[in-house]
Amino acid sequence: MNLRRVSAISRKEFIQIIRDPRSLALAIVIPMILIVLFGFALSLDIDNIPLAIWDRDNTRASVDFLLNFKNSKYFQIIGYYDNYRDLQRLIDSGKAMMAMVIEKDFSQDLLSGRPAPVQLILDGSDSNTATIALGYANAVVTQYNTNIILNIMKKYTKENPTPVNLQSRIWFNPDFQSKLFIVPGLIAVIIMIISSLLTSLTVAREWERGTMEQLISTPVRRAELLLGKFLPYFAIGFFDLIMSVLLGVFAFGVPMRGSVILLLILSSVFLTGALTQGMLISIVTKNQRTASQLAILSSFLPTFLLSGFTYEIFNMPKVVQALTFLIPARYYIIILRGIYLKAVGLDVLWRPSLLLCIFAFIIVSVAIRKFKKKIA
Amino acid sequence: MTSIKAVSLTRKFDNITAVDDLSFEVPEGEIFGLVGPDGAGKTTTMRLLTGILEPTSGEGWVYGKHIVKESESLKDNIGYMSQRFGLYEDLTVMENVNFYADIYCVSGNERSDRIEKLLGFSGLTPFKGRLAGKLSGGMKQKLGLACALIHTPKVLFLDEPTNGVDPVSRRDFWKILYNLLKEKVTIFYATSYLDEAERCKRVGLIHKGKMLRCDVPDKIKEEFKAKTLEEAFIKIINEWESHAGK
Repeated sequence: MNLRRVSAISRKEFIQIIRDPRSLALAIVIPMILIVLFGFALSLDIDNIPLAIWDRDNTRASVDFLLNFKNSKYFQIIGYYDNYRDLQRLIDSGKAMMAMVIEKDFSQDLLSGRPAPVQLILDGSDSNTATIALGYANAVVTQYNTNIILNIMKKYTKENPTPVNLQSRIWFNPDFQSKLFIVPGLIAVIIMIISSLLTSLTVAREWERGTMEQLISTPVRRAELLLGKFLPYFAIGFFDLIMSVLLGVFAFGVPMRGSVILLLILSSVFLTGALTQGMLISIVTKNQRTASQLAILSSFLPTFLLSGFTYEIFNMPKVVQALTFLIPARYYIIILRGIYLKAVGLDVLWRPSLLLCIFAFIIVSVAIRKFKKKIA
Repeated sequence: MTSIKAVSLTRKFDNITAVDDLSFEVPEGEIFGLVGPDGAGKTTTMRLLTGILEPTSGEGWVYGKHIVKESESLKDNIGYMSQRFGLYEDLTVMENVNFYADIYCVSGNERSDRIEKLLGFSGLTPFKGRLAGKLSGGMKQKLGLACALIHTPKVLFLDEPTNGVDPVSRRDFWKILYNLLKEKVTIFYATSYLDEAERCKRVGLIHKGKMLRCDVPDKIKEEFKAKTLEEAFIKIINEWESHAGK
């Protein structure tokens, strides 16, 4: 390994990058746009559920009951109506996600100890959101019922009734903010896409422009050439990573609780694998267009769908679950979320870290082996 | 000393035989012209001898190094200029030259002397800071030559270097080559221009992958009672085609 040749190739590659506005945009601007766009748009939080109400009872008891919904941050009462047609129109048009009808005898039923029915109509087309919304509604009603029962019991017993008291402590993300969960995963997705896309052009471009033929007629070694090409992109990827972490902290308020050093070291391993994956595609295809399409396909889809970023892996069918073991971002996301939110170290993260290293090692060896200093 | 030696060199691509059983020798310090029409197999021969393409069968040595078994150490001794401009158009003249100087590990005083000399006699000194892509065709070829010569190679392979180059630049180019011959550099020169072939010490006529004749230009002309190489070559090719037809 001759370091002079390596640095000559790195310098050449670097000059080419900075003289090409498109590759510069791809390297710096696109990752920033992606993280801001996804960070804001990809929220899984559900609050302010639009709720339409028809209160047919309209007594103190029913208003009291509705107050529990009004005071909840999860619901937003969009209006009071007096017929089913209006409610249906609101749900059809998507202006309301829920409609609630309180029957005429609500307060009388309550007072006389009969079940007091309240009708809840729910737009179930988005099943996930609907399930969560229903859960919130149930929680509000249960709380209301508990209060009624406790009040009645107080009348008959002198002691204070003591039901089971669930004391929950939510760790790592006490407010259930989905962005705390999404942003670290987003970093993995962005680094994967950008780095494999960046390097996917580098070898193919030289074959297409005819500069590779000149280069392979020199004594430069394969490893020197590939390392020389790798280094400037590594620098760019690392810069993107730092920018993403900073944006995460300052634009999205995602706390960085664990070791920054560990995060950067393990990120470098991931980055190495991702960059080399792009380079391998470039080596094999020798064609810029095919290479960039293949790079997007092989980085974006698996990372987005199979890494546990958007969908929980334990929810997937067994076959698909097995497939996720081949996705390096799967391990990287565990590491990112672990360091970011849980402040854990290698004692916990050694397994995904080791697998990340193995993946990088394999892909680098394959890339060096596949690159030939031959025309055909 | 023999600088280039080919023994039954053959390269097939699928069903096409691009280079068919080529055998020849080029002594050190000679300029050898590989002449033939487009598609005759000149570029494939070049690629085989420079170690960037493996032959289907046959063997070859360049400056004592085997073209398959020692294809990497062979590259220390050779300079190669591919048919297509192989330098970086988005780098300046100087950046290209420095890049190849680094790749060949040319350093110290030798490096600056060499760069100055090469840029000097190729007339590129005033264009040091210009992007290679912004040079004229002739200038590009001279830059390519300068980069191929940066490490003082023993054998120089030039694949149609003056294609599409104006007559003045062409003359400059040949001046450089004559100077190299004085330094005992072996030059392997592929061309489809027969006036350039006349300037070579010996020429090999290649047609459809086969070497039809290999001799001193004057002898070939004498044999076929032709005034020019062009005339002689047309006779040779016609004769061969009529034999092949039978």
